[in-house]
Amino acid sequence: MTPNEPVVPDVRRYLLVFAALLVLTIVTVAISALDLGRHAAIAIAIGIATVKASLVAMVFMHLSHERRWLLWSMGAIGIFILGLLFWPAWDIAERLSR
Amino acid sequence: MQIPYVVDTRPDTGLYNGKLGVWLFLASEVMLFGGLFSAYVLLRMGAPVWPRHALNVPMAAMNTAVLIASSMTMVMAWASLKMRQWTRARGYLAATLFFGAIFLVVKFFEYSEHLRAGENPAHSMFFAIYYTLTGVHMLHLIAGMLAIAYFLGPGARMMRQAPEQFTNRIEAVGLYWHFVDLIWIFLFPTLYLV
Repeated sequence: MTPNEPVVPDVRRYLLVFAALLVLTIVTVAISALDLGRHAAIAIAIGIATVKASLVAMVFMHLSHERRWLLWSMGAIGIFILGLLFWPAWDIAERLSR
Repeated sequence: MQIPYVVDTRPDTGLYNGKLGVWLFLASEVMLFGGLFSAYVLLRMGAPVWPRHALNVPMAAMNTAVLIASSMTMVMAWASLKMRQWTRARGYLAATLFFGAIFLVVKFFEYSEHLRAGENPAHSMFFAIYYTLTGVHMLHLIAGMLAIAYFLGPGARMMRQAPEQFTNRIEAVGLYWHFVDLIWIFLFPTLYLV
């Protein structure tokens, strides 16, 4: 389905996403038990969380079927949040490295 | 006067008004949690030491699975309403409420464990932000449970009187519920795993 089409229930798709979310949760916990180093562990954990959140937003919240303006607005908010997270992190990291 | 666009979509936005309202509300909620996550990053990066694995990972992992299951039952409730399967829809809504209650019970045991060990919000910066983030999230979950309980109880009359409007209302509550799940998806690795 493409954006702007009426949202039609797709039970099989919901079940697949449910299974994927559970598998990704197990993967996140398993990876956190490995000694990958702090930065790699954070990057992987947040990366998997972003994939899971995208699945919830696109399928369970039907964002993939909504109007494009809504999709882009939420995307812009996501970028704003990334800025909120990484700007202070970058700023402090730079101060500490001085 | 009848409220317009409670069932049909507005031609200009392409959404019915309730859905537009919920999305706008969720956008403001993103700002709230975004600010809190930003505070977490600032505190963590500015702290000389930050505890790792200080929280109960198995309990939180179980709660993650419980919330994912609740999102699944929530979307299935809406799908059942779309297919005019009223009894099934009520069952899925009740299951969502049940999963929400399980989350709260697990959280109660988790908080009790920390409080018994003297790890209250005043214990350290880590526990201050831990209780703030999980507490605000839990309040949102309780609000969602109250809304679902309303639609299972007094609000259920609309199911047969105005089924399309009721289906839209459940979709709107579902959007909020999935958002609460979405926030936990980020809280879990941020607080418990890394």
